[in-house]
Amino acid sequence: MTPLYRTMGDRSLLVELGEEISPTTNGQVQNLLQRLEAAAISGIRELAPGYRSLLVTYNPLVISPAELQSRITVVAGDTCLFSAPAAKLVTVPVVYGGAGGPDLETVAAHLQIGAEEVVRLHTGTAYRVYMIGFMPGYPYMGELPAALAMPRRRTPRTRVPKGSVGIAQRQTGIYPVDSPGGWQIIGWTPIELFDPHRQPPSLLDMGDTVKFEAIRPEEVDTWRS
Amino acid sequence: MAVVDTFEVLYPGILTTVQDLGRPGFARYGVAPSGALDDFALRVANLLAGNPEDAAALETAVMGLRLKALRDVVVAVTGANLKPMRGREPLTMWCSHRIRAGEVIAFSGPAGGMRSYVAVCGGIEVPPVLGSRSTNLSSGFGGVAGRALCKGDILRRTVVENELRFAGRAFEPAWIPEYPSRWRLRVVWGPQDDQFAEDGRQAFVAGIFSVSPDSDRTGIRLKGPVVARQPGLPESIISEGVIAGAIQVPGDGQPIIILGETATGGYRKIATVISADLPLLGQIMPGDEVGFEAVSLDEAVQALREMEDKIAKFKRSLK
Repeated sequence: MTPLYRTMGDRSLLVELGEEISPTTNGQVQNLLQRLEAAAISGIRELAPGYRSLLVTYNPLVISPAELQSRITVVAGDTCLFSAPAAKLVTVPVVYGGAGGPDLETVAAHLQIGAEEVVRLHTGTAYRVYMIGFMPGYPYMGELPAALAMPRRRTPRTRVPKGSVGIAQRQTGIYPVDSPGGWQIIGWTPIELFDPHRQPPSLLDMGDTVKFEAIRPEEVDTWRS
Repeated sequence: MAVVDTFEVLYPGILTTVQDLGRPGFARYGVAPSGALDDFALRVANLLAGNPEDAAALETAVMGLRLKALRDVVVAVTGANLKPMRGREPLTMWCSHRIRAGEVIAFSGPAGGMRSYVAVCGGIEVPPVLGSRSTNLSSGFGGVAGRALCKGDILRRTVVENELRFAGRAFEPAWIPEYPSRWRLRVVWGPQDDQFAEDGRQAFVAGIFSVSPDSDRTGIRLKGPVVARQPGLPESIISEGVIAGAIQVPGDGQPIIILGETATGGYRKIATVISADLPLLGQIMPGDEVGFEAVSLDEAVQALREMEDKIAKFKRSLK
């Protein structure tokens, strides 16, 4: 498969590697990211991966848009034939329900299953981090079991506390800072997802695998570090 | 090098932040670049004040701020004309001045443009975060404690030897940008222009849009003719990386020009403002009118080259 190039102004090129959200396409994005990092093409300023695309930002006074595109095509080579391996496995402890998971009961009622079943399904799946975005350190993760697919809240909350674990459609995510948000909040984690004074600042990166683990409120302190 | 108290903030204005050329390189972690919205004005202000062009300075909006100098310093004000004053006298913009200890720099309101830049020789000294001193307001880091300036803040800078020699510099008058209230912004089509209806594309380049009051550092929100997508396409797309200048069109067909506080997005972008016109985005006020003109990539790169040539020539003239 040849990448589809889309022009984002005179200093960015959006390289699209597929049309859908899938681990295969996202793995190809990750692979192209790694190859372009290794190729260190002069003039490239930044590489920003998405679900199915890589945004390449460059200095057009150093490399022309046409030359950049042909260099990327060469580097891409047959990258579309295989996926990059997931980088790391991260276990995220979650206190489900209670004050930190105010939508757990609503979700259980909507899906007509028990709250324990929601927790069992949510912790029973390994999730791929497709991309980090929306806000610093926010992981877009999938794919949620079909039995947990839930619409967003009709009225978004004006403040979702830092550490909240939410679900929406076939995705799950964690809020790294307090923020407005419309996802169904089923739990809370004491883990720091983003710290601008840490290198790298984000705990998670694209391609990582995340597993959630249910903990009791009194276990929170042992997880804080 | 000594870092010393330099200014006291007597009045912070509606929004004054510390900004440099931003925080590139962390988009993959969802971190927006931030930085001066009018980076041309910031670079010139720094060069006038004897700094490297990427030093940290103050970005102040609309009514400006009021600062008291705590010692003799060299200052340059560029960008929007917010009518800067030294005490009761107007302060000439796009020039560097010696400001004496005890003197007050103030602004009296917009007479062209929205954001003014105040650079001081030595640069505003705050701890760099992820390689930049720019303030990221939405995430609360960088700048002064991740926030806008407050009354009573003491701003510090690094002392530069024999700094008064930088006073009296002036930028080439012919190169000072104009900030009208009716804007013509040059754009390159894409990345998703092919997903808009033909009459949507026509409306985009033929229409005049007004700038909504809910515009801020994250985006310029426009009201005007509906820029319609192709029939049958959903409102949003799969999230992807974005840059400042990309013009996204949500479901209601009203375009939003993305500024430097966003790293990803989930709406189609019909076009992207060219690099040479990006600094102007920082000067567009609510109530202004905006129209778009599509140009080729070659024209866009040529315009960028001309802008960079001005900065390069000005730098050479300072040696």
